[in-house]
Order: sequence, then C-alpha cells, then structure tokens
Amino acid sequence: MSHDSVNSSLPPAPAPVLEVKNLHTQFDTRAGLLPVVNGVGFALQRGKVLGLVGESGSGKSVTGFSIMGLLDAPGRITAGQVLFQGQDLARLDSRALRSLRGNRIAMIFQDPMATLNPVLRIDVQMLETIRAHRKMGKAQALEHCRKTLARMGIPSPEERLKAFPHQLSGGMRQRMAIAIALLNDPELIIADEPTTALDVTIQAQILSEMQQLVRETGTSMIWISHDLSVVAGLADDIAVMYAGRIVEHGSVDAVLDHPQHPYTQGLIGSLPSANQRKSRLQQISGMAPNLLDLPPGCAFAPRCPRAQARCQQPPELQTIAAPTGAATATAHTVRCFFPGAAADFSRSAA
Amino acid sequence: MSQAPVNSSAAASAATDAGRVQSIWAQIAHDFLRSKPAIIGLVILLIVVLMALFAPFITPQNPYDLMQLDVLDARLTPGSASAEHGFTYWLGTDGQGRDLYSAIVYGLRISLLVGVGSAAIAAVVGTVIGLIAAYAGGKVDALIMRVVDLLLSFPTILMALMILAYMGKGIGNVILTLVLVEWAYYARTARGQALVETRREYVDAARGQGLPQWRILLGHILPNCLPPLLVIAALQVARAITLEATLSFLGLGVPITEPSLGLLISNGYQYLLSNEYWISFFPGVALLLTIVAINLVGDQLRDVLNPRLQK
Amino acid sequence: MIGWLLRRIGQAMLVVLAMTVIVFVGLHAIGNPIDILIGEDLNQQERLEAIAHLGLDKPLLQQYFSFLQNALQGDLGTSFVYNEPAIGLILDRLPATLELAVVALVMAIVLGVPLGLYAGMKPASPVSKLLMSGSILGFSLPAFWVALMLIMVFSVQLGWMPSSGRGDTRSLFGIEWSFLTLDGLHHLILPAFNLALFKISLVLRLTRAGVREVMPQDFVKFARAKGLSETRVMIMHVLRNTMIPLVTVLGLELGSTIAYAVVTESIFAWPGAGKLILDSINSLDRPVVVAYLMVVVVIFVTLNLIVDLLYKLLDPRVRLEAAQ
Repeated sequence: MSHDSVNSSLPPAPAPVLEVKNLHTQFDTRAGLLPVVNGVGFALQRGKVLGLVGESGSGKSVTGFSIMGLLDAPGRITAGQVLFQGQDLARLDSRALRSLRGNRIAMIFQDPMATLNPVLRIDVQMLETIRAHRKMGKAQALEHCRKTLARMGIPSPEERLKAFPHQLSGGMRQRMAIAIALLNDPELIIADEPTTALDVTIQAQILSEMQQLVRETGTSMIWISHDLSVVAGLADDIAVMYAGRIVEHGSVDAVLDHPQHPYTQGLIGSLPSANQRKSRLQQISGMAPNLLDLPPGCAFAPRCPRAQARCQQPPELQTIAAPTGAATATAHTVRCFFPGAAADFSRSAA
Repeated sequence: MSQAPVNSSAAASAATDAGRVQSIWAQIAHDFLRSKPAIIGLVILLIVVLMALFAPFITPQNPYDLMQLDVLDARLTPGSASAEHGFTYWLGTDGQGRDLYSAIVYGLRISLLVGVGSAAIAAVVGTVIGLIAAYAGGKVDALIMRVVDLLLSFPTILMALMILAYMGKGIGNVILTLVLVEWAYYARTARGQALVETRREYVDAARGQGLPQWRILLGHILPNCLPPLLVIAALQVARAITLEATLSFLGLGVPITEPSLGLLISNGYQYLLSNEYWISFFPGVALLLTIVAINLVGDQLRDVLNPRLQK
Repeated sequence: MIGWLLRRIGQAMLVVLAMTVIVFVGLHAIGNPIDILIGEDLNQQERLEAIAHLGLDKPLLQQYFSFLQNALQGDLGTSFVYNEPAIGLILDRLPATLELAVVALVMAIVLGVPLGLYAGMKPASPVSKLLMSGSILGFSLPAFWVALMLIMVFSVQLGWMPSSGRGDTRSLFGIEWSFLTLDGLHHLILPAFNLALFKISLVLRLTRAGVREVMPQDFVKFARAKGLSETRVMIMHVLRNTMIPLVTVLGLELGSTIAYAVVTESIFAWPGAGKLILDSINSLDRPVVVAYLMVVVVIFVTLNLIVDLLYKLLDPRVRLEAAQ
C-alpha cells in the first residue's frame, strides 16, 4: 500500500495480485474461541515475494490456509476480505474456490513425505492436478509435466515421474511438490515452511531454485517461515507476525537493517550470524502467548524490554519514514507505541 | 549403600503400586458408568444373572425334568393356560410341551455357565501360558507365540467342529472346546502386557530388592496385566455363549433333554414354517439380549481401559 | 522377494503337515480306530482281512506315513455312508460352498465399504450413528438366529424368497454354478446375506476407522490444495489408502466365511461341504471329516499366502523394499 506523502514520486502501483484486508480467523475449540488470525492485512504485487515470519502459534500458517480456503473445522474466517484478482476468496463458494486452487493459486506444504500420497506414482499425482483444471490428453499432459521438471533443472524427469514418493530423496520430493504447484502457471504460490524439513544444504539449493523460478515466471509468492535467515535472501518484503497480528511489515532491507519492533529485533538478534563470535546469542525472554489468555493491549508486552503502562492499549500500525528519506515501494509499518532501534532503548547488555 | 533405604523405597513403590491399583479400579468404575449404553447393558446383565441364579424359584416348571413335561401341552401359543398344571404358559410351549419361559431361564443358566466357565478357565490357562512365554523369553517364547498365532488365525468354528467330532457331544466337551479355542487370546495379551511391564522401573526396584522372579510376576506384573485381560474376558464371554449356542443349534452341544438356548432355537426351527414362531423367537431374543448386553459392557470397558493402557 | 515367497510357502506346508498329524491322531488315537474305520457288521475273518488290508496292525508311525502317502496321492479314505472316496464327496460339494462364501464376501464389500466411507466422512451425522449401532448388532447377533428370522420374514410371511435349497445351475469350466441362473440367484440371496451380515458389520467398522485415520493426513489436504474434486480426493486418495489393509483382512475373512458357512448351509439346506461335514459328524463318518478338514486347511493356508502376497504387491512401500 503506497503512502502518498512519501511515495508521490513513484508511478501509481498496479493492482496487487493479492490483497488481504483485516482478516480474522477463529477456531471454535472446547477450551474457547481462539483468535488465531487477528486482523491481518497486506498487499502482494505481481512477481514479488512476501516473507511471512513468526514463531509457531503466531498464525502464519493459518493465514495461508485461510487464503486458500483450506481451513479445517473448527476453524473459520470470521471477518475480513481476501481479494484475489478482484474476487473475495473469503466469500467465494466452494466450487469457485476449487477451480482456483492448484490452478491460479497453488500451495506447497512443509513435509513432502506427508503431502505426497505414498501409494500413488508421481506422474499420477501430477497428471491429476493438470486434468482437474484443463482438458488435456494424457500424453500431452505428461509432456507438460516433463517440461515443467526440465524447466526446474531436474535431471532424468521420466524416471522421476514413474517413481513413488518414498523412492526419492527429501529434497527431490519437495521439488516434485514445487513442480506440482507450478504445473498450471499460477499467479500466486503460498509456500508453508517448504524447506524446514530439509537438510541445510538442500535448503540453500531449493531457495536459490525458487528465487530463479520467481524471477523467470513472474509468479508472486508468500513464503511462510519461522526462520528469518531463510526468508532474507528470497523475499522482497517481510511481514513479522506475533499472536495473530502483523507487528512489523516492510521491504526486506528496511526490516532487516532497521527493525523497529522489539520482537523483530529479538528475532534478528537471535540469529547466529547476526552476533559476534564471542557474544552470547540473544534470546527473547518468556514464552509464546496463550491465545486464550491474551493480555489487553499489545500481545508482546509481557516479554518486551521496553514495555510501559501505555502498552496496555492495543497499538495500531504506524508508518515509519525511511531513514534515508528514499522512496520505497512498500511502506515500513510497525505495531508499537515505542518503535525504534534497540540501542535507543536497551537497558540490558548483549 | 545400606539396605534400609532401598528396602523402604521399594516397599514404598510397592505400596504405591497397590494404592495405585486400588484407586485405578475406582476411576475405571467411574468412567465406565458415564456411558448410557453400558449402564443399560450392565442392568440387563444383572437381571439375566439373577434370573439364572434363582431359576428354580422363579419358574413354574423344571424343563429338564421329563416327568414334569406334558406332551399334550405341546406347541401351545403364548399366553395359553395349562389344562392340568394350573399355570399359564406365558411364552408358549415347545414341541415337547416344555414351558418356554422356564426353558429360557434354565437355558440362560447353561449359557452363562458355559460362557463364563469357559472364559474363566481359558483366562487362567491362557494367562499362565502367556506369562510363562514372557518370563522364559527366547525360543520358548517364540514357539508359544507361533502356536498362538496359528490358533488365532484359524476360524473358531472349524476347530470346535474338529474337537467335537473326535470327542463327542456333551456340555463338558463343549466347555473343553471353548477353552481350547479361547486360551490363545489371553496368552497373547498377557504376554504382550507382561513384556511391557517388565521394562518398567518398579520391576527393577523389586529385583533390586531381591524378590524372586515368581513373586515379581504374580505380585507386580500380573495386577497390571489385568485391565486388558478383563476387556478380553468380557468380549470372550459373549463369543463363548454365541459359540455354544451355535454348536447346540447344530446338534453338537448339550444333550436334547437339557436344552440350552441354542438347542431350543434349533428345535423350534421345524415349526417356523407352520408359523409357530415363538418356539425359536423367544429363546433367540433372550440370547440376543444377553449377548448384546455383554458386548455393550465389554465395549465400554475397552474404551475406558484403553487410554489407561497407553500410560 | 523370491526368498520371502519360498519361506512363506515352506511355512504353509508345515502348517498343513501339522494338520495331518492332528487329523491322524484324531482318527487313530481317539476311540477305537478299528471299529471306526471298519465298522461293526463284519465277522471275525472279514475283520482280520480288513485290518490287514488297511494296515491297522502295523506300528503307528508306519500307519502315519502310509496315511500321508495316500493323502498326497489324493486318497483320504472312503466314506462309510456313501461308500465313495471321501475326497471326491468334498470336492463335489465345494463349489456350492465357495459360491456362497464369495457372494457373501462381495455383498460385504458392496454394502460395507460405501457405508463405512460415509460413516467415516460424517461421523457425527445421525445416519452414521445408526450405522455404528447397527454394526454392533450385526456383530452380536448369532448368525443362526438371524437366519431363522430372515426365513420367517422373507420366506414364510412375505413369500419373496425360498427358504431352502440351491437353485438351478449352469456349467462353467466343467463345474455347476448356481449364480449363473436367475433361479440360482434367487436361492442365493437369503443364505448369502445371512452369511454376510457379520462381515458387513466388520467391513463397515474397519472402513470407517481407516477413513478416520487417513482423512486428517497431510496428503489429503494437499490433494484439496491442488483443486481436485471432492469425489476424486475421497476415492483416489482416501479410499485408496484405506483399502490396502482392508483387502488383507477381507482375504483372511474369506477363509473364515467358508468355515462358518457350515451353519448357514445347515439351516438353508444348502448342499455344500459344510452340510456334508455336519451330517458326517453326526453319522460318525470319519473319513469324510478327515477329508473336509484337510481340504479346508489347505484352502485356508493358501488364502493366507495369497493375502500376504497381495499385501506386498499392493503397498508400493512394502513391495519395493522387499525387492531391494
């Protein structure tokens, strides 16, 4: 979303591929109503990658599922809009949603061994994705699968197609899942922690492959992760989630170089690479919040080193001016009463 | 390390074991009573058991005493009055003039006797064998389990037919057959549970105390094996009763002068076609109620005891 | 794979061998074998001849080996009642029993799987709860009583179906089958359904449990994420993965169905092997009993083997591991 006063020199931004407005998703559990996604909003431009970062329980995966309409009972969207190419996905009937899924919007899950059906061959699982959305002969569809695998740089695609999931390595399985996502040339891919279950080396490979794919195809992507370092190299924008809300959102450079929210700073500070060799890893004190028992006001306050009485009120998102005054495509917003560099506030030594 | 602390801690663990077992039963009873079908089943079961126990007092006739039967009263419809004997045949009479109500009550007796008796004997035999297998381990264990697996994969009725074909009919042989067919279930469960239990700490504590193996087996491991065995026993009783009824129905079970429910039903079959349904129908209902009641109780018992088993 | 197959076949043969021992012991060690095998209405001279002829005067072990030898050649003794080779009597009647058992199994699948699928997909619906209670009933009801009630209702009261006997048959591969004629099918329905009732309950519960286990798994969600129709998700993904363990159970159940056909055949006067063995037990026709037991054991062991093989073939994870 462009902020007029700062970015008036830029040409008007084209309509975003995806625009999420004030999304609320709740789970009706026996223990009570869980507000898992609590007013999340962002816009995603064509060809851009958004990194959605947060710890487990922050609501990032559920946001992804909400967009896709894949919420399991007892979860449901209770408010907000999910605008995809003009249509509100939250209000679409199941048939229309189904025609979009795997077609215009695709999803990649975390553990490919669990997401691929173990008793079906890869080609069967790929073919059904194509033929669910287009009329194509089997031979033609198979050729398309082969081409897609080749485009991803996968050697001997025929063999891979004939294999069963457990015959492939973990990295290769995930590549298959990615290939399935790409089959129908979607406008948007939602990747839910796709590299978390893989070796670090494979992780790096897949990350760079994804980067290349996005550049080549112009597909927009939401990359959900708990690991900032993974997203850092790939994303154009980063949104940090905490307890169902976005607490910081901006371009990757802005958020990583000039984090404003104490939680973001904590996340960055806990990255091994960010610290000097001999200094201790910073940790965010306290535990993840219990969604049934959120404090009034800022959810992060109990763990925040700079919390004050004011934080009993719920903070809104406010825009931060870029330090150099340069125009950025994405505004840098923070949900905090006391945004600013850690150094300005820190009382505890690293 | 002095003896005293080890003893007292082991004794304490044994005491808490006993205490744990006690309070577990209370908890089980409480959980069990939460299910309405199970309560219904339990009530029906109680009625059946009481009826069977007090059979001579609540029936107008002893259906096994041939002297009391009056052939002239044969195949009377339900509700007819006896001409000579001054009572009403509430459920009608069968082909030999037996009061069906009396026959059913006495038949329930046999069913329960055979069902519970065979289950009890099979439980003891099977549990002992299973514990032996667990205790002995190695080749003995492998051999016993092989036999058990083989037995369990065979259809029970086939085995029953085989045994009865060679041994002849009669209640004693039926009970023997049922025991031979059932013990394997108990053996497998007892062995499995015992193997789990032997890995628990309290067994090491007892061993450290110098208790002999058999003491550990009987006093510690066995009580903890009881819950799953109980579940199996409950369901096995139903199966045993059904099997006895089936065998009697086929003419391979009880003698014709002392019919169990199965034989009554069989006798009534020929009259079915002339629409004299009650001779088969009422014994069948009695059998059904008993079996369903036991299954309801057994099901709930299994549900209640299962999560406990995961601990 | 081959190694495993050979081992399994070896195991199977061991079981059959064990059975021959048990059967032989039953035949010769329990009761007076001489009276049983020869019968009583022969004079002294004929008895001695018969004893020598049957080899009953030889040591037990030798008798066992000749028994085994004969068995391998297909000679399991002669029936007292019919005075024909026992094995021939059994094999003559086997098609009728197999027919009954297979039709019952087919009924169980055709009825049990869709109902179980529904109960697994919508466990809270009243229909599902009804199905589950009904299945408990199907389990608990003694089959012979159900058979009588079925006859009562459908034959006596309604007159829709015959109460006994097998219908007309037509020949296929040289064997007479009754499911190939309309009259035959008419006679098949009631006994097959009676036999199937227990199985239907079993299949229903197993399918439901399998579906409940498979549905929450990630690959089902992923299939939906690909935009597949709900039908395809249910059948290709959920059912496909549920069926594999189910098939093995069903295969084993076929064996027990053949055994339990005894009861159904007796009530419906179905001329199968089961009825024959009941009559034989009652008339003390031991050779027929022996022949029946051996035939059924062989069928049983073969079925187990096939089922094990099938499981290995159907589940690609297992199949490929075995091959490597």
